[in-house]
Amino acid sequence: MKPLLQVIDVTKTFDAGGTSVRALDGVSFSVSAGECLAVVGESGSGKSTIANIVLGIYQPTSGALLFQDKELPDVRSLALKQAIQLVQQNPLSSLNPRRSVGASIRLALDVHAIGDRAGRKARVGELLEEVGLPADYADRSPAALSGGQRQRVAIARALACQSELLVLDEPTSALDVLVQARVLKLLADIRQARRLTYIFITHDLAVVRNIADRVAVFEKGRLVEIAPTADLFANPSHPYTRRLISAVPVTSRREAELRDRLQEPLDADL
Amino acid sequence: MKRALFILLRNPLSVLGLTLVGLVVLAAVFADYVAPFPDHKGAVVDFLNFNKAPEWPYLFGTDLVGRDIFSRILFAYRISLTLGVVVLALAVPVGVTVGLIAGYIGGRTEFVLMRITDVFLSIPPLVLAMSMMGLLEPSLTNGMMAVTVMWWPWYARLVYNLTRSEREEGYVLAAEVIGASRLHVMFREILPNCVPSILTKMTIDFGFVILIASSLSFLGLGVQPPTPDLGSMVAEGAKYLPDSWWLTVFPGLAILVVVFGFNLIGDALREILGVDQ
Repeated sequence: MKPLLQVIDVTKTFDAGGTSVRALDGVSFSVSAGECLAVVGESGSGKSTIANIVLGIYQPTSGALLFQDKELPDVRSLALKQAIQLVQQNPLSSLNPRRSVGASIRLALDVHAIGDRAGRKARVGELLEEVGLPADYADRSPAALSGGQRQRVAIARALACQSELLVLDEPTSALDVLVQARVLKLLADIRQARRLTYIFITHDLAVVRNIADRVAVFEKGRLVEIAPTADLFANPSHPYTRRLISAVPVTSRREAELRDRLQEPLDADL
Repeated sequence: MKRALFILLRNPLSVLGLTLVGLVVLAAVFADYVAPFPDHKGAVVDFLNFNKAPEWPYLFGTDLVGRDIFSRILFAYRISLTLGVVVLALAVPVGVTVGLIAGYIGGRTEFVLMRITDVFLSIPPLVLAMSMMGLLEPSLTNGMMAVTVMWWPWYARLVYNLTRSEREEGYVLAAEVIGASRLHVMFREILPNCVPSILTKMTIDFGFVILIASSLSFLGLGVQPPTPDLGSMVAEGAKYLPDSWWLTVFPGLAILVVVFGFNLIGDALREILGVDQ
């Protein structure tokens, strides 16, 4: 498969009060067109930093990013902004409380001049329906929606850009479990229907197993393991990955056995 | 809307504020019809009735040339309210724009804009307005200009602080990632979230603008006679205290009523709009 995005030896250091913190350390990976790459790790592992670098919010200290074989510049053109979009973790804050849901979605259409002016209102309605909301929700304020509905609006806004790569920054972690499952299903359906590429940042391995094709495991700013999802769960090669997997709550005896088997070599190490 | 009305009517103080301001506004707008002596707003003399204590038909007594003080207060309100509207209409847009730019763009722009603001804020307001007036001819227009110059920095600082915290919100990031212009982010995304605080401050300030303008004309630097003005009426009467007390007490009370009224409404608005101080 042709890589859509290549991250080549990216390092990011932050200067904080005289000391510099290395948030990313020589990270390289590539994302193929149409795949869903999960990026997992604990807080502080650098997974949000890589998301912000891909989005162009931060500049890498060293290293490069290639998007469709062209290097991503520090200042992104409108076309590149359109191509790479974001769904944030907290739908409560990601939608402007003082603007209608429709206005938030329409902004993307206006900025990128998608469709003619007259048709944009209808387009907003279509986007809302695509994420499973009634078109007339466009006039509502975010306060009138539930958490799951807000996240659907945020997804519709990202879709409005007609981007190729979506960075999903823990899009389900602020939602309760049932809603989480529905939003994940929606994201999977959309990816198939629109042939999108996802970088799915999460700390929830249950979510990873559900949606990801491949998994990149981050620890302390380093990419410690990257493998297809099934392989990673069946045979995690890095001890940190094993620890992460064994921290997942289990529901059946089979899962418990799997977890215990994964933990054995780890305990032997100690 | 229903909730706003409920909060407003539940608190007797808000009702009082609304009543006071409502009466003042009505009296100012319809001064020509309400005032018992509408021609007393100008240079009229009636030496038969000069310096009279309150008695019918002179509700608040008469001044040194025999003009009805009650009538003059109504016309003075008209000037005070106009002044309040003009000053805020000039100061608020300037201050809000400066605050938004400084808070959102940051960096050197922020440094320069906010240091200029600090310079204005560090000078006591009345001193600043007085020194402005020292350079200018005393008149209503120049008085308004002087008050405007001292007033915008408060809005710059308020909006600057609000913008700094709104900038961290996800919706700002979302608009930036989409590629919206800085103008859009500042005026269409952040500004609407600052409006409740700005409105609340404007309401409370309205009374204080009138107070400062009255102080200026008390010092002879604002509205010039024979135009009626609360500040200059107090100043004129102050020489004849305590014998002719009505010359100062009623115009003074008139100032108190507006400032108090707008303050009460401001407090109510803060509660309705959910603004925390």
